[in-house]
Amino acid sequence: MSGPFIKGSIRRRLLLSLLAGAAVLTVIVYLVMQSVARQVAEESQDNVLTASALSILDSARSAGGLVHVDLPYAALSMLDSVTDERVFYAIRLGEEFLSGYADLPAAEGSRPTAPAFRSTTFLGEEVRIATVRRSVSTDLGQKWLTVSVAQTLAGKKRTLARFNRTSLGIGAGFFLVSVLLSAVISRSATQPLHRLTASVSRRGPTDLRPVAAPVPSEMAPLVSSLNSLMARLRTSLSRSEDFIAEAAHRVRTPLAIVRTKAEVALRRSGDDATRAALREMIHAIDDSSRTAGQLLDHAMVTFRLDTLLREKIDLAQLTRDSIKRLHPLSDMKEIDIAAGRMDSVTVQGDAILLQNALQNVFDNAVKYTPNGARVTVDVSATARGARIDIRDTGPGFPATEMARITERFQRGENAEGVVGSGLGLTIVREVVEAHGGQMTLSNNPGGGACVTLQFPQS
Amino acid sequence: MRFLLIEDNRQLAEAVVDRLKLDGHVVDHAGDLETAWDFAATTDYDLILLDIMLPDGDGRSFLARHRERQSRTPVIVLTARSEVSDRVGILDLGADDYMIKPIDFSELEARCRAVLRRRGGAARNLIALGDASFDSLSGTLKVAGKDIQLRTRELRLFEVFSAAPGQIFSKSALVDRLFSYDEEVSENAIEVYVGRLRRHLQGSSVKITTVRGLGYKLELA
Repeated sequence: MSGPFIKGSIRRRLLLSLLAGAAVLTVIVYLVMQSVARQVAEESQDNVLTASALSILDSARSAGGLVHVDLPYAALSMLDSVTDERVFYAIRLGEEFLSGYADLPAAEGSRPTAPAFRSTTFLGEEVRIATVRRSVSTDLGQKWLTVSVAQTLAGKKRTLARFNRTSLGIGAGFFLVSVLLSAVISRSATQPLHRLTASVSRRGPTDLRPVAAPVPSEMAPLVSSLNSLMARLRTSLSRSEDFIAEAAHRVRTPLAIVRTKAEVALRRSGDDATRAALREMIHAIDDSSRTAGQLLDHAMVTFRLDTLLREKIDLAQLTRDSIKRLHPLSDMKEIDIAAGRMDSVTVQGDAILLQNALQNVFDNAVKYTPNGARVTVDVSATARGARIDIRDTGPGFPATEMARITERFQRGENAEGVVGSGLGLTIVREVVEAHGGQMTLSNNPGGGACVTLQFPQS
Repeated sequence: MRFLLIEDNRQLAEAVVDRLKLDGHVVDHAGDLETAWDFAATTDYDLILLDIMLPDGDGRSFLARHRERQSRTPVIVLTARSEVSDRVGILDLGADDYMIKPIDFSELEARCRAVLRRRGGAARNLIALGDASFDSLSGTLKVAGKDIQLRTRELRLFEVFSAAPGQIFSKSALVDRLFSYDEEVSENAIEVYVGRLRRHLQGSSVKITTVRGLGYKLELA
């Protein structure tokens, strides 16, 4: 049997999709965290800058038309005390520069209640500027007192970079956890498939009942088509069995009629020549009907071997039954067929096939053995399993024929005048080999044939 | 003996009936299950021969019903070979034996005898012959108060003679009755068995005499 054509794997596809999703999510989370962090950092810097600028603005007094600004120490120290940031400031009254760095630009758009911010480059460094203003009275009337405080961004950048590293770590961790979860999820998602596979492959070869185990809804169509396939298989199997039975009936019934009529004619005829002719006729009919029978037997055996049963079989019991059934026939030839050593030993297999094989060996023994001969059957337990030896006191197998004799339609040379198609031993060999065993032919030291069937341990 | 043959193929049935009649048996033939039931309900048979595939049903249903009625009449099932795989079922349903078509009549005889013997005494065929008596079922010959167990061929040969005392049987006719058709047997082989029977019959008024040039006959004197 060839394996299925495999393209892709549900589990791998599921795993990859989950991982891709996790990767996208990780990147998004990382970006969001970064932007939030930047925002938070900016906001806190802005707050400090605003506080500093406001404290400068608050310290401005207007006295006698002049504006005094006492630069409070804390106003700037609060900015550079923690980090090594450089701090700049500029105080302007209207358009007039009062103190600080004259070049420091102001952030546009500040109102008396709310500060304005901007990021820019000052003296070759990136800075953040907060600008606040309020109206003061001067000699020249009401004027805007504007205070801008700026701080370099190097420290904030370092903090952000550190935070970046942390969030990268978190992202990586998140991704790793996702990988593990994906593996677990994809495994558990394909679990029902494995269960179904196991339940189907655990079945016996002739077990064609529908799958009854519960399955998830996604698998229901698969299971129901599997069930309908098995139903069709069941139908076609029973149909082919019917066909074999029908064929057997059709071939053999006319033969049965002819044979019976010939026998009646033989009994009624007083003419020796006619009687001799009728005997030959019966002989030929027996030959062809046995051939037809063995062909059908062979078809039946082949059919059953395809779906070999594995029952536990008591080999001694099976042998005894077969011998018992043979007694009326062996009595007719006054052949004494006896059960010898009968060890209790079991093999795994199809009882009907094994019985058929045994019967074929027995039939041979009875057929090829002269009147008054003896057939002994031994069933013995061996180290490697079981063996059945069927010995007769007939002429034995010709040495040159041993190998060829088991081939289909190859009859032994000494079988002249004895009805048989030669299929018998072929059937025996096929049955025994299908059970993992071996058939060997030999001649007894004291004369006569010995057929040995060996079976492996069950 | 009285047989019931249940077989739907008319030609085959006729041939079988003819053949069984040759041996002096009485045979009723039923072509379907319904007829078979009518026969079985009204007549006491020694043995029923049953085909499995019948036009109005399965022979196995006959078997099951037959056993339900607790009838002791043994049943031998006749099957086409591939049905052999059903034989477990056949024997479980209470068949006493089965045979594969085409029927070999000497085999049928042998199996009938085995089945009837197993059933034991249901139909004892004790024939009185002069001062001897013969039970064909158990195969015993009683001569001068002594039971002699006949071996298979002696038994069959004596059956042939005892069925028609005084009739002359040629050697070749006896060969036909004693040996199966696949055996090459010389007619002289008959002398061996006649000799054995004569020894068994010593001390009795029953004799097997040679009719020169024609054969043998049984004389009751």
